Amino acid sequence: MKATPLIGLEVHVELETNSKMFCGCPADHFGKDPNTQTCPVCLGLPGALPVPNEKAIESCLKIGLALNCRINTLSKFDRKQYFYPDLAKGYQISQYDQPFCSDGFVMLDSGKRIGIERVHMEEDTGKLQHVELEGKKVSLVDFNRSGVPLVEIVSRPDLSSSVEAKEYLKKIHEIIRAIAVSSADMEKGQMRLEPTVNVCIEDESGTHYTPLSEIKNINSFNFATQAIDFEITRQITEFEKTGIEKTVTNKTTRGYDAVKKITFLQRTKEEAKDYRYFPEPDIPPFIIENELIEKLKGELPQLPDQVISGLTNLGIELKYAKIIYGNADALEVIDKYKDDQEIDISKLANLIANKKIEITGDIKGEYQKATRVGNSNADELKVVVEKIIADNPDIVADYKKGKTNVAGFFVGQAMKETKGQADPQTLSKIVLDLLK
Amino acid sequence: MKQLHELTIKEVHDGYLNQDFTCVELVRHFQNRIEKYNPKLNIYLALNDNALTEAEAIDKEIAEKGITRPLLGIPFAVKDNFLTKGIVTTASSNIIRDYHPQYDSTVIEKIKAAGALILGKTNMDSFAHGSSTETSDFGPTLNPWNSDKLPGGSSGGSAAAIAAQLATVALGSETAGSIRQPAAWCGVTGLKPTYGRASRYGIIAMASSTDSPGPIGRSVEDCAIVTEVISGKDFQDATTSPSPVEKYTESLYAADLRGVRIGIVKEYLLTEMREDVKNLILNAADKLRSLGATVEEVSLMDPHYSIGVYTVIQRSEVSSNLARFDGVRFGYERDTLCEETKRRIMLGTYTLSAGYYDAFYKKAQAVRTKIVDEFNEIFKTYDAVIGAVSPGPAHSLGATKNQPMFGEMEDVLLEPSSIAGLTSVGVPCGFIDNLPIGLQVTSNQLKESTAIKIADCFQRHTQFQLFPDLDKTI
Repeated sequence: MKATPLIGLEVHVELETNSKMFCGCPADHFGKDPNTQTCPVCLGLPGALPVPNEKAIESCLKIGLALNCRINTLSKFDRKQYFYPDLAKGYQISQYDQPFCSDGFVMLDSGKRIGIERVHMEEDTGKLQHVELEGKKVSLVDFNRSGVPLVEIVSRPDLSSSVEAKEYLKKIHEIIRAIAVSSADMEKGQMRLEPTVNVCIEDESGTHYTPLSEIKNINSFNFATQAIDFEITRQITEFEKTGIEKTVTNKTTRGYDAVKKITFLQRTKEEAKDYRYFPEPDIPPFIIENELIEKLKGELPQLPDQVISGLTNLGIELKYAKIIYGNADALEVIDKYKDDQEIDISKLANLIANKKIEITGDIKGEYQKATRVGNSNADELKVVVEKIIADNPDIVADYKKGKTNVAGFFVGQAMKETKGQADPQTLSKIVLDLLK
Repeated sequence: MKQLHELTIKEVHDGYLNQDFTCVELVRHFQNRIEKYNPKLNIYLALNDNALTEAEAIDKEIAEKGITRPLLGIPFAVKDNFLTKGIVTTASSNIIRDYHPQYDSTVIEKIKAAGALILGKTNMDSFAHGSSTETSDFGPTLNPWNSDKLPGGSSGGSAAAIAAQLATVALGSETAGSIRQPAAWCGVTGLKPTYGRASRYGIIAMASSTDSPGPIGRSVEDCAIVTEVISGKDFQDATTSPSPVEKYTESLYAADLRGVRIGIVKEYLLTEMREDVKNLILNAADKLRSLGATVEEVSLMDPHYSIGVYTVIQRSEVSSNLARFDGVRFGYERDTLCEETKRRIMLGTYTLSAGYYDAFYKKAQAVRTKIVDEFNEIFKTYDAVIGAVSPGPAHSLGATKNQPMFGEMEDVLLEPSSIAGLTSVGVPCGFIDNLPIGLQVTSNQLKESTAIKIADCFQRHTQFQLFPDLDKTI
């Protein structure tokens, strides 16, 4: 039996615009007193009308561009209707069949492309707080978050493991931060994850697909990984037991319990909501001009993958390039010395990535000191000596028999190998250690 | 000499300037009439307690600065779906029967900035769901011409307020006929601006894609003055048009209609329409010809198709717009909604449901596009089209009972122009059985000036804008 997981991800990102999506209230709601950032529009009071935040739409388009999407010339908002006490208007303004951006991708380090179906714009809901008040259990609604701009990034089910999912998420996270539309702070709920998982099982009886499950509202990469892994195992076990395959009606919605590390059933498709989407009549459709797209493209900074491949093109190892990318100061240092004839930039990157030199100090001096073999670079010297020892088993045997003076042979050979650069004291210590 | 309740906006201003009367006197006069006639007619649902104080300030302003604002000291009756800070706003629905708005709608802000004074809020079909004012949770308004008759709707209270002369001018809103039809049934003048010409912000939404606030008044002139004030781009309503507002008042007092091309829509002279109504429309066409206009028969899609289109779109939007009345933040529970509202929510929920959306909503939008295209084609040749507002005069009380499609059938001649977002003026064009009949003059989007010019010229050359003697009619 062969089992291949099919994983898709929906990622919600709260944008850090000044104002909310459809009104002038501040969008920064974290830690604010409940219901202090509301107005008739985000409270859904009678007569109030939404006016779209252009800045937020531009941010959404930027995300689309950064994810290699097509920007749709014609776009519109739709109403997604359901009842929930935190949903002020009884519908959420979202995008249904004409999102701002379609058909993009994220490239994993393996070279595998993860397709992005769409990137669309919507508004966040309020928040419920279930508390005890004067001895009574009550549910309170805080509408500060109601109407905060939210971008939803929907991938195709191209991911085949939780490891790939995590890499994909990290890349999305880096891109969002790189283009500065959101800090995507997971702890503040600025980035929320919803994996959809099923498994393709091939056995002697043919190819089978297990029923889809969508796992709601996960707020950490590790939880996403755990939830996906749990779900894959659960689905395979379930299939082996019941043989139930995916149909158009048996998709389920599950939650993730981070304490028990399990997913649990929330609702089945039969109970699923019919959102009764229809075009939002309060907001005219959008025609996105090429001019705007070009302007936004011009505003995009270099994206993480571009920066990293720029580093690897300099000869820096990928794993070090990634570490350097994560540190603005380090990036600056590499940029400054990349054309310096006296510096091997890949060595410098290695030193920085391994925290062998202080990047705020005198880079050149530190580099020279550090690259003097045997000085701080004992590891490298050790490798040299190890090789000499491995190549000369007879002499090692002599040493072990008591001819301790043969140690000098190894020191001499290593000196030769390092062109006399090694510090003799360090070197003899390494030789003696390794001969023990 | 005319009495205070018989004056147009211009006449009120003349009276102020000549010091014939003060704003306080005018307001007191209307308040007395309201006290006398409102208990029977049920036009006003709530009165502005501050009216006299506001009137005093206005008198002071006039004494100091004269009249520098276009609606200074003009007493308004306002349909109860316009949010008014300080005056309870109910949309004639029990679910928000004691709702105190946090803000003024944009149109209210605009008339207040122009100096208007609100006398009170007028009855309407609950949430504007109807064409009779009979679906109001607070009882029907009666027609000032005959208290056995309905005033039409949904702006029935505002139209009746003008006919009963309980305000100088009124605000209504039209989704499909809700200004023109009650104006016609009450024998007064109503103007439906182009969709997006006046802001919907702060008006309790009925059908978002066709709701258009507009005036009901004693004359086309009064309606033009008010429309000029309330129109314009509103940054709080994304559907308002950015085109500059024309000086509608400059289209008034045209000496004749030479060079104006008018189409009289063949299909709007319905087979089920009474002969005498048809004759009044044909007479009006003759009158327009005698004023110099070219009037030719034109053909448009059978207006009955519009009923289907309008019903599906409007119910769909209604089902969505009323979802916010969930009893969580304000208002009462949903079981306090009236039968008609529940019916509309259910139908709209159905037409938007998965599997039905394409067959109903999408199809309706496709036909809507066809209707728009057809009007665009007609307006390449004609400045306006005319027809009856309603197939007949006001119906009797109780006519809507067990008639869920009553409004739609009554508004058959108004729905095409509403779903196309056109502008239209309704003016009285005669009487049948002592009840007024209305003529609609409809022009293309943003061509308010054209419709105003034609309707104003017609009105100045006819004597159909009459007012009932309430002591005899009710």
